[in-house]
Amino acid sequence: MADHLLEVRNLSVEFHTAQGVVKAVEDVSWHLDRGETLAILGESGSGKSVSASAVMNLIDMPPGRIRQGKILLDGKDLLKMTDEERRRINGKRIAMVFQDPLAHLNPVYTVGWQIAEIMRVHGTPQADAHARALALLKRVGLPEPEAALNKYPHQFSGGQRQRLMIAMAVAMKPDILIADEPTTALDVTVQAEVLSLMQELQKETGMGILLITHDLGVVAEIADRVVVMNGGRVVETGQAAEVYTNPQHPYTKKLIGAAPGKGEMPVEGDRDGEPLLKVQSLQKSYGAFHALKGVTFTIMPGETVAVVGESGSGKSTLARALLRLEEPNGGKAIYRGRDLVTMAPKDLFKMRRDIQMVFQDPTQSLNPRMTVYQIIAEAWAIHPDILPKSQWRGRVSELLTKVGLHPEMAARYPHQFSGGQRQRIAIARALAMEPSLIICDEAVSALDVSIQAQVIQLLDGLRKEFDLSYLFIAHDLPVVRDFADRVIVMKAGRIVEEGPVRQVFDHPREEYTRALLAASLDPDPNVQAARRDARRNMETAVA
Amino acid sequence: MRQFLGKRAFASAISLVGLVILVFFLSRLTGDPTDLYLPVDASLEAREQFRELHGFNDPLLVQFGRYVWDLLHLDFGESIREARPAIDVVLQGFGWTLSLAVVTMSIVTVAAVVIGSLAAFRVGGIFDRLATFFSLIGASAPDFWIAIVAIVIFAVNLHWLPTSGTGTVWHWILPVAVLFIRPFGLILQVVRGSMITALSSAYVKTAKAKGVRARPIIFVHALRNGLLPVITVIGDQAAAILNGAVVVETIFGFPGIGKLMIDSILQRDFAVVLAAIMISALAIFIMNLLIDMAYAVLDPRIRY
Amino acid sequence: MTDTATTTPRGKGPFGTFLKLLWADKFAFVAMLFLAVVIFCALFGPWLMGDAAGGLNLRGRNAPPFQFDLGWAMMLGADSLGRPLLPRVIIAAQNTMMVAAGAVLCSMIIGTCLGLVAGYSRGRLGQIIPRFADVIMSFPSLLLAVIVLYMLEPSVTNIIIVLAITRIPVYLRTARAEVLEIRERMFVQAATVMGASSTRIIFRHILPVILPTLITIATLDFAFVMLAESSLSFLGIGIQAPEITWGLMVSQGRAYLTNAWWLSFWPGLAIILTTLSLNLISNWLRIALDPAQRWRLEMGGRKNG
Repeated sequence: MADHLLEVRNLSVEFHTAQGVVKAVEDVSWHLDRGETLAILGESGSGKSVSASAVMNLIDMPPGRIRQGKILLDGKDLLKMTDEERRRINGKRIAMVFQDPLAHLNPVYTVGWQIAEIMRVHGTPQADAHARALALLKRVGLPEPEAALNKYPHQFSGGQRQRLMIAMAVAMKPDILIADEPTTALDVTVQAEVLSLMQELQKETGMGILLITHDLGVVAEIADRVVVMNGGRVVETGQAAEVYTNPQHPYTKKLIGAAPGKGEMPVEGDRDGEPLLKVQSLQKSYGAFHALKGVTFTIMPGETVAVVGESGSGKSTLARALLRLEEPNGGKAIYRGRDLVTMAPKDLFKMRRDIQMVFQDPTQSLNPRMTVYQIIAEAWAIHPDILPKSQWRGRVSELLTKVGLHPEMAARYPHQFSGGQRQRIAIARALAMEPSLIICDEAVSALDVSIQAQVIQLLDGLRKEFDLSYLFIAHDLPVVRDFADRVIVMKAGRIVEEGPVRQVFDHPREEYTRALLAASLDPDPNVQAARRDARRNMETAVA
Repeated sequence: MRQFLGKRAFASAISLVGLVILVFFLSRLTGDPTDLYLPVDASLEAREQFRELHGFNDPLLVQFGRYVWDLLHLDFGESIREARPAIDVVLQGFGWTLSLAVVTMSIVTVAAVVIGSLAAFRVGGIFDRLATFFSLIGASAPDFWIAIVAIVIFAVNLHWLPTSGTGTVWHWILPVAVLFIRPFGLILQVVRGSMITALSSAYVKTAKAKGVRARPIIFVHALRNGLLPVITVIGDQAAAILNGAVVVETIFGFPGIGKLMIDSILQRDFAVVLAAIMISALAIFIMNLLIDMAYAVLDPRIRY
Repeated sequence: MTDTATTTPRGKGPFGTFLKLLWADKFAFVAMLFLAVVIFCALFGPWLMGDAAGGLNLRGRNAPPFQFDLGWAMMLGADSLGRPLLPRVIIAAQNTMMVAAGAVLCSMIIGTCLGLVAGYSRGRLGQIIPRFADVIMSFPSLLLAVIVLYMLEPSVTNIIIVLAITRIPVYLRTARAEVLEIRERMFVQAATVMGASSTRIIFRHILPVILPTLITIATLDFAFVMLAESSLSFLGIGIQAPEITWGLMVSQGRAYLTNAWWLSFWPGLAIILTTLSLNLISNWLRIALDPAQRWRLEMGGRKNG
């Protein structure tokens, strides 16, 4: 029986909600062995985290209920154990690392205390626990480990916090490490470091890693085997490389097809004439912190310019400064011959029609107390010269159809839509103004891969139809690859590289761009394996 | 920290000055105390002498100037009613109110935090429902009504407790119990709400995944986070008592500062009113500082 | 995770939805019924019961409650002048409710407007207005009442003014705090990008979002103001006889506590039941007015119905 270290057999979990009983996972089976890495791949709502929560006894019951199945650890069924027996296993034999370490670390206790706690609750004396916590912080590569013990979670960066979570999880040398989207909110370079830390620790202790992710790249980088989930069911399982190169299930095929960065890169067209927007040494500082240190670029009519950079690069500040949501401290932004930076409020009002914005999080950018109709029609309430009131209803239906929604959805409220649908509403709102330039601030980052692809496709179609220009801000290089004409790479408030998309991707000039491209993970496990080998060879060559 | 203290002290001082000016002139508008203190058949000379003695003959502005001048020398004036320094009268009353506030709020805080946390741990359970129901009734109850009903039951009918006064520990039970009810109801509801949020937070999930036992999860992990919004409410309720638990003090004949303020206004004992206002404002200022410090102690993200 | 697009059937009209949501919470439903009775008494009580309440009946002096041979009016007993309590409690509802409603309405309107301005303006006004709230808050409100009511006569209007002033900071602070937060939300920025004016942003985007919170608070505050008014009357500085309120009735009955407990008991019970109802309704409103939480009630309604 005890063939596997951990085995989930025919697990079905359901939740009681307003819409009745929702089957979170249905008849799910997988297993994990010592020293291997299993990835559960799925989009939001696929139930990919549910079986891990069941393993950790983290499902709230009610509203949750485990209808059937077994969870065998060394052949013993966890679901038949008492809460106290499972508590002793949690943290000691099976440990877990979560997404968003800032929320998952207790904000009011020092990290030293929190790391020592996991050892104390499993019987390690206080003094030993403290010494071991220090050793762990050294092991995960945190700078100044002694001082770090007495600091609080908010005093670390995102990547450091995830290292802390990992240090805490491996404190008891568990047999199994469950990592739920461990790198999702991190910059690509930091993501690569965290993943390699997990692999090193696995090599040292021989633990099995269960990795839950939505990212094909992460699977390609770290997983031996993969379980693909959709709608609460396992649709496909197998060796990671095998599943990627030879997917059997239509959903897996669709998912792999939607992965960005695979399509033809647009050919650079010659665009002559007056630029639509000409930004010259734009600056913005908050006190002593300089978010934008003089940024210069142009956008031609009908062109899509992508701005890529990691967190803190100033890319969002750039968008906000152009729209005067933040007042720039210096520089010019000439739009159709007039400077946006020094424009008087009255002219600014007219300009608002022309330059629109689509925000990152559609949940927040739509007023929760307004219907879709009110949200879209507000454009014409503010600028009555666009459309007479008698035509509002017809035009809203038209716009909703354009962005791929049903016209009768106009009476609903934003919370009744999915994330992708909300972003479509936000796009319809921007279109209602009949703008010539749309600034997209991480407009697809919060969406699932397959939805991401659809929204990008929609934006691309609209560009041709309405002759729009986009300033497309993203942290992710592959996303902009198939879509942008030109790419601007930003770092610490400056543009480090700029050029047509082909040139930047195929022949990057700057070290930083190369590092970014190298760190962003390719969805093909074979490509990632080759890259890993190359990296290892370089390291041995250096050593 | 020092800068923060200075800022807070400055803001409080400004509102205190505004308060003193307002009360000084408003209270003089209520009338001349002479008639209240001299017999009806007192001679005109006697009245004149009384007015002269207490300075009521001078123009209001002159009276105010004199008051401020004395105040700068830490002289709060003389109580007409008791013929001794107003500050002594006030400090005596304040002592009683402070003890009442400290005793009541300590019991309220402990009871509300423990019961509220346990209620939040099993939302919808029988304990939670009982706690919610009683906290709602507590928050709805008019204190004067509870007070007189309690007197009828426990003092008049059962003879278990004295009706009023301050002599023994027994005298404290009814006032504290009556004062307890409303803050307890309000704070319990806030504790329950914020503990529900804290217990469903991500870091509690981490603690469960670490194998931490249920009791430390509630009282170590969640409580310290859940207390933050509660502290503000505790402060507001304590301030309400410090500002004078007038009703309870009146009903139970408890010589606190609230009863003193009302009596002094009714008796036109202006110096006492002003001194009482300043003392309770000072007390509330200090209490607010303590609350800010409690915030900083509980939450390392807050630095002044 | 909760991305499921629900299809809420509409078309019953807002009143139908309101009733359905109310029915889903049985406590709130009973509370609302009780409040409706109280409001009915407040509106029509004096007109219907004026004669019965004023009638002196020396035979029934301090008559205990539940003596049905004296007629329905004497059901709850009678006071020291033999005036029946039940009609008096009903009539007193008018002043009690009028004072509370007036004070809550005034303080809510003034406080909210000041709070919106204080929260939205980044200039000097944003700094000064909160200080104004601090001064009022640091003023012992009972003392303010005593002083003002001593100078002016304690009429219904004056009591409304005094109580309204003391409650302004509640709305001012809530509105300001909410505006400060909502002002930074993305949908407000989206409106700015569209060129919306400050007035439009405040009244179309911010006010509708904070209004439910304010209404919930106002419901709670209604209970608080009722208690405050009762305290004033109880201390003898509120409404004066021959006008009556519940608080005044409790106060008048205090002298007869030992031999006629019902004089204070019934008006006190009226106060506690009304405030309890308001608290229950406030809890219900908190959920019912939030589109993202309303499903809890809709679900409960389906299960029960």
